[in-house]
Amino acid sequence: MPGGTGLLKGLSVTLGTMMRRSVTKQYPDVKPELAPRTRGVIALFEENCTVCMLCSRECPDWCIYIDSHKETVAPKEPGARARTRNLLDRFAIDFSLCMYCGICIEVCPFDALFWSPEFEYSEYDVRELTHEMDRLREWMYTVPPPPALDPDGEDPAEVVAASKAEPILVEAPALLGGEIASAGAPAISPPSAPAAVAAAQEPASPGVSDTPAGPAGGGAKREHAEIAKEDVGIDQAVFDASLAAGDPERVARAKGKSAWMKVWKKENLLHDEAPPPAPPAEAPATEAPAVEAPPATAPAVDAPPPEAPAPEAPAGETPAAEHVDVGEPQIDQATYDEAIAAGLPDRVARAKAKSAWVKKARKGQA
Amino acid sequence: MSDILDSFAFELTLRIVCVLLVFLTVPLVVGQMEHKAMAHMQSRLGPMYAGGFHGWAQLVADGIKFLQKEDVVPTNADKWVFKLAPAVSLLPYMFVLVVIPVGPDLVSQDLDIGLFYALAVSSIGVIGMLMAAWSSANKFSLLGGIRGAAQLIAYELPLVLCAASAVMLAGTLSLTGIITEWEWWWLPVQAVGLFIFFVASLAELNRPPFDMPIADSEIIFGHMTEYTGLRFALFLLAEYAGIVVQAGLITAVFLGGWRGPFWDAVQIGDVYPLAIGYTLAKVLAISFVVIWLRATYPRLREDQLQKFCWKGLIPLSLLQVLVTGFVVVVK
Repeated sequence: MPGGTGLLKGLSVTLGTMMRRSVTKQYPDVKPELAPRTRGVIALFEENCTVCMLCSRECPDWCIYIDSHKETVAPKEPGARARTRNLLDRFAIDFSLCMYCGICIEVCPFDALFWSPEFEYSEYDVRELTHEMDRLREWMYTVPPPPALDPDGEDPAEVVAASKAEPILVEAPALLGGEIASAGAPAISPPSAPAAVAAAQEPASPGVSDTPAGPAGGGAKREHAEIAKEDVGIDQAVFDASLAAGDPERVARAKGKSAWMKVWKKENLLHDEAPPPAPPAEAPATEAPAVEAPPATAPAVDAPPPEAPAPEAPAGETPAAEHVDVGEPQIDQATYDEAIAAGLPDRVARAKAKSAWVKKARKGQA
Repeated sequence: MSDILDSFAFELTLRIVCVLLVFLTVPLVVGQMEHKAMAHMQSRLGPMYAGGFHGWAQLVADGIKFLQKEDVVPTNADKWVFKLAPAVSLLPYMFVLVVIPVGPDLVSQDLDIGLFYALAVSSIGVIGMLMAAWSSANKFSLLGGIRGAAQLIAYELPLVLCAASAVMLAGTLSLTGIITEWEWWWLPVQAVGLFIFFVASLAELNRPPFDMPIADSEIIFGHMTEYTGLRFALFLLAEYAGIVVQAGLITAVFLGGWRGPFWDAVQIGDVYPLAIGYTLAKVLAISFVVIWLRATYPRLREDQLQKFCWKGLIPLSLLQVLVTGFVVVVK
């Protein structure tokens, strides 16, 4: 008798529900537990508003009222054009019309509108539900801080951009070296660097001489200054000294690493600058034994550095010497040197040199 | 002093006052139970404020509210009938209460034809309903009234047949007599009769799932559409008084009234408190089932409602009479 069981089941459901605790929350006495991003009321961060009117136009209920006036801002420099800007006179949201869709908040390009979880603002007079600017600003103090980022999520765009910029900072000295190189007058001897490094450079150089472009040198140098983390060695002498000084092993290792890295960088930069001026050229010579020293004591640790730069050598400084002659077409060397001398960064100097060259070329054509 | 206590007038006054007291309190208790039980069946709390403790005074507050409301009589209404109708549907239940025993010798007036009287008088209630429906000059009210009349005609038959079956076993029409004669094996023998009597009572009271005549969602409370204020409150009171009276009848006829284990263990003068407790417990239990059904089942359609009675309950009740007759002869 299926009908009968259904009737009994219905009775058991209602009786069971009666036995369980009711889910009702006695609201005015017990405050509700709201989700953290509850859409209670819209807050206005007045300072951010530029009176672009996007919120007002996108509002499906047309419940946002904005009044503003234009103000002329005196020009900063004499003779410049005066600017105008909008000043907010009135910003009101009629919450008796608002349907809490949040489009105004979504659409605001200046982060001037926010959701606040406050919801207890009922009024006896419907007109009171139109919240004016000051009241909307008050709600701002109830806006919760933005939610934490998902730890497993992708990094925000800003962080990604910053981390990409890091290598440039690292190779700043490299650029400096390059500048010196290009400024250097006569090409002197090839670097008196470790034999292994020199040998590694050898096979690469012919290919490099084919590449005419000068600016490529800059890019190549960037790559030069990078080294894989696992290839970083330890300066045994510094490490030992640090340990002897009583530093913990971790600190000693770090110090040793940084010392090794310093030497490695110097060395590689010198290789890049094939025609370095006399004084820098001597530096590697003196440094060389220091570099050699670690492999003698700890060959295993030191093995990577000579190999690491090897594949990157091609764009090295040997071509740079040539590109002053061959790849010249695009850069006015004098202007470039001047700019460098004036302390401008390499990129800017290069750009100036280029424009100078173009000017000259035009003149020549004329 | 004793002259006054023994006088007929005093006794009459006392009986009337007692009936009035029960009539005005027990239905309110049932109403409050409906508020709370139905709320919890729907996972709500029901009234929580009136009176302070779990809204115990909600119905009192409702009564005061109804008193303050405007008493509207429609222009086209048959005014005299319209105004009289609530009283006609409420008072019969009070008159039935007179014959329902609460304990041994604790009855306002024991009649030899108690059950017959009770059934006859409680049927007057539907006349009040018809009066309200007809005089309201409202098509919804009229629809409700006609549906109610049709329902009463249909369900009165199984009700009377099942009552007759119990009377056959007891050999008396007096409610006190039936309870005195009552024995536990009546329960299995009269189980079908109990079920039919209960269902038919629900239909008589227009209680869900047999509330087609008042169906608020389709004919706007039927005969009560045009009523406001106190008159509407009287109709509502009639509904709860009806529940109490029908539950009292079921208790007396089928469940042995005040009888239960050790009902006569405690005695204070002529009064047995446990017996009164049994009666009240049974009445409230049946009232609870009435509420429970309301919270559980959807409304029957008009044709289903009639079919259920004529094709289901009436043959079953005839069978019950047959079985009871057999039992009486064998016994």
